[in-house]
Amino acid sequence: MTRYILRRTLEMLVTLLVASFLVFVVTEFSPGNVARKTLGAFALQEQVDLLYKKLHLNDPLLVRYVRWVGVLTGIEADPLQDPALGLGFKDPRRARYFGNFGYSTLYKAPVNDVLWDRLGNTALLAGLAFAVIVPLSLVLGVLAGMRAGSVLDRALSTLAIVMTSIPEYALGVLLVAVFVVALGVLPGTSPLDPNAGWSIAAQLVLPVSVLALYDAGYVARIVRASMAEVMARPFVRTAVLKGLPRRQVIVNHALRNALIAPFTVILLQINWLIGGVVVTELVFAYPGFGRMLLDASLFGDVALIEAATLVALFVATATQLLSDVGYRVLDPQARR
Amino acid sequence: MTLLAIRDLRVEYTTVRGTVAAIPELSLEIGAGEAFGLVGESGCGKSTLIMAIMGYLGRNGAVARGQILFEGRDLVTTDSETLRRLRGGRIAIVYQEPATALNPSMTIGRQLMEVPRAHGVRAPAEARERAARALADVHLPDPESVMRRYPHQLSGGQKQRVVIAMALLANPALLLLDEPTTGLDVTVEAVVLDLLNELRQKYGTALFYISHNLGVIAQVCERIGVMYAGRLVEEAPAAALFARPRHPYTRGLLASLPRPGADKRSAPLVPIPGVVPGAGGAPESCGFVTRCAHARPGICDLRPVPMLAAAPGHGVRCARWAELPAPPPVAAPSLTNRPVLGDGTVVMAAHDLSRVFPMGKRQLVANDRLEMEAQRGHVLALVGESGSGKTTFAKVLAGLDVASGGSLRVLDADVARRPVRRRGAAEVAAVQMVFQNPDGTLNPSHPVGWPLARSLRKFGIARGRRDIEARVAGLLEMVRLPPSVRHALPRQLSGGQKQRIAIARAFAGNPQLLIADEPVSALDVSVQAAVINLLLRIQAEHQTTLVFISHDLGLVRYIADEVVVMYLGQVMESGPVAALFDPPYHPYTEALLSAVPVPDPTIRSARIRLAGEIPSPLNVPKGCRFATRCPRKLGPMCDETPPPRRAAGPGHRIHCHIPLDDLRMVEPVFRGAS
Repeated sequence: MTRYILRRTLEMLVTLLVASFLVFVVTEFSPGNVARKTLGAFALQEQVDLLYKKLHLNDPLLVRYVRWVGVLTGIEADPLQDPALGLGFKDPRRARYFGNFGYSTLYKAPVNDVLWDRLGNTALLAGLAFAVIVPLSLVLGVLAGMRAGSVLDRALSTLAIVMTSIPEYALGVLLVAVFVVALGVLPGTSPLDPNAGWSIAAQLVLPVSVLALYDAGYVARIVRASMAEVMARPFVRTAVLKGLPRRQVIVNHALRNALIAPFTVILLQINWLIGGVVVTELVFAYPGFGRMLLDASLFGDVALIEAATLVALFVATATQLLSDVGYRVLDPQARR
Repeated sequence: MTLLAIRDLRVEYTTVRGTVAAIPELSLEIGAGEAFGLVGESGCGKSTLIMAIMGYLGRNGAVARGQILFEGRDLVTTDSETLRRLRGGRIAIVYQEPATALNPSMTIGRQLMEVPRAHGVRAPAEARERAARALADVHLPDPESVMRRYPHQLSGGQKQRVVIAMALLANPALLLLDEPTTGLDVTVEAVVLDLLNELRQKYGTALFYISHNLGVIAQVCERIGVMYAGRLVEEAPAAALFARPRHPYTRGLLASLPRPGADKRSAPLVPIPGVVPGAGGAPESCGFVTRCAHARPGICDLRPVPMLAAAPGHGVRCARWAELPAPPPVAAPSLTNRPVLGDGTVVMAAHDLSRVFPMGKRQLVANDRLEMEAQRGHVLALVGESGSGKTTFAKVLAGLDVASGGSLRVLDADVARRPVRRRGAAEVAAVQMVFQNPDGTLNPSHPVGWPLARSLRKFGIARGRRDIEARVAGLLEMVRLPPSVRHALPRQLSGGQKQRIAIARAFAGNPQLLIADEPVSALDVSVQAAVINLLLRIQAEHQTTLVFISHDLGLVRYIADEVVVMYLGQVMESGPVAALFDPPYHPYTEALLSAVPVPDPTIRSARIRLAGEIPSPLNVPKGCRFATRCPRKLGPMCDETPPPRRAAGPGHRIHCHIPLDDLRMVEPVFRGAS
């Protein structure tokens, strides 16, 4: 098992390296150039050309990629932060350090100053939502799948479908209408500002609820299907006809096998929660990672896009690794 | 003393089309310690009966009427806690497929220990000890190591022993067996049956054994009931049932099985016309009336027939049982003096043929230096346990795999290293296959006429719509199906009909050589005979060479002209069918023959049993492949030196160290048979 984890971790690093190149290539081909973005729309073409040259943007793609990796690993200094350019881009850390993602032209600050704050905010939101989604969907799914076709199953399945079918923004607006406009017990926006008049906890309630309600319905349906399938398997019949009490049949025999298939799906929700909840962040004006990535893309903040995409890729590959390892723990047939 | 008494039981299922009675009305009794067998084809309600006893009919099933009295208590009306205590405690089940009956993500030990813990044993240590003892009882070596393993780390036979151990853990009074050996190799089946008999002697457990296999039932049971369409149609002591079957259905079942010693020219199989009706589909009068050759209007189709006493302890539910003619005596088998078919042309010849799969540093030896040949119009049977390499050979022959050494001549070309894509259309058409499972080989979304038309077009047999349609109709007529069937989808056909389509498809290209891989083992007994007869008739008409792969030696003896016995990738013995079923034979052939469950309790086979399992093809024994399990092993020579090939008669070869004269002295497996 240890060897397997080591091997998979190594594979993950290779994947990240290859992905970083692809990310670099794609962002470098995006319309507009770094020099123009840095200097703004009103700069003269000559100024732009000069910066373009100073930043060596005419070099072949591979050379630029190696330079970018050099900056990231702290071997080279970021050319954009060269005081000689007179742009005033300064990283208080140092000129060279490991993990230097460069300078954000949108926020006029080192990427590291922007990125981790936003990621922290999103991790808070995602973590809370995940902590609600998993138990909620497991309980709903297992209760429904335990007796497929029963009244309880139909009621819960209908509820789950309704929950998933309402888009996030509609759900957001609905909840705001009820809890903010009508009842006035919760804030309508969540800027995570302690001075906004509401506690941080109160600001988190609505975004977390929207994400949890929307996603739990989906995951619950997957769990229900798996549970119903396992309950019909012959070994569950064996367990019942051994004389085991029903509780033991469900907990010891059905549950573990029913979780094997949804496990991967559940972990995939982490990806979505980190990078894909832009809509919810926009509705509640939440300073999250998804919104930052959207803004960076619209502006053309190359350094920030690259950094954020890499982080999202890391999250994706790490959850993949986690799900593969967990899968082997759950299913003895996958070990070998 | 009566242990289980079922009285006027009616079991119904609620379906979208309304309520159907899977068991319209059934009564039977089983005494304490008795072994009762219930025979019937699939869909006759056997499993429903067992699940009704266990109170596990599912959401849409229910007992509508009647009683199931177990030790005097009615299981139908009992409360759930009492039922829970009886389940696994006083009544236990051994299931049909051990692979699915065990929880794949729980160790064997934990699954076993649950039984004593659910039935009153508090201490885990004691539960563990009991589990280990139960594993030792079913002769599993090293119980401690087995307990730590997961089901997928055991073989099929081992898993079934675990399931039996689990059933016996609480020392039940009644053991329900639901086709416990179906899907296992004959050799493993024989060992499991021995084990059941042994454990029954030891613990005095009553057995309720349901199976479609009359041979297996004959080996284990004292009293036998025959079930058809949810009703018991005949009930008698085992000896009486096989000697004097009274009900036309029982007679039909027996006639559709090859008798020991019979072959295709001496005693043809007699199929039962029609198919088993679905649940609730049989008439309320005699359920068998629609398929019965002796049915008389005005007698058989009016009212339900009560169980009539044909003899003491022998009941039969047939209004005309006393008037029925005695079944014709089984013709004396004549394996010698058979007319020679064909012109002696060798259609297929394997020489030194090997298929080795490299697996890293090791090798998986699937076929090792095979030698065999088949003549035009002959039936060559390949027999051996699973893992003996039969299917690998068939794949190479059909071009689905390529050999790694040797030659394989089909007609005039060597096809050993030529997969299908490197064979011409005529060569592909010349070698065709019929597979085991007709459900999996027909595309569910195309009407069954489609693969026939496609084969005709691909092989250039027919061009143009009209020509193809005429040919398709001809093919369907050849397999005795109405032409309208070509518009039907596979799911609208029965298993036997689907296998007929598969046969028609294989014959679309006028093959010289037909490979049939267990073509009838998935079919009901009454349908098997019809498909076999059909296959043999077409094969004889077309002078096709048939390579018939089967584990059913009774069937092989009936159908084959030549037999090749394979073990772990090598030929152990080969020769004409007449020579193969009498001494001298290879000890492995002897073991296979001993394992055949004969549907006749008066024939006792001289039993030798194979210990252990077939070794891994990754690690084959150095000398004789069979040495590790051979009951007649001579000594270290068998382990170290490959055996010589001895000629035992015309075309008869035995690969064994034991001198032929010694092998000739071996007692025949079947005594009592002529």
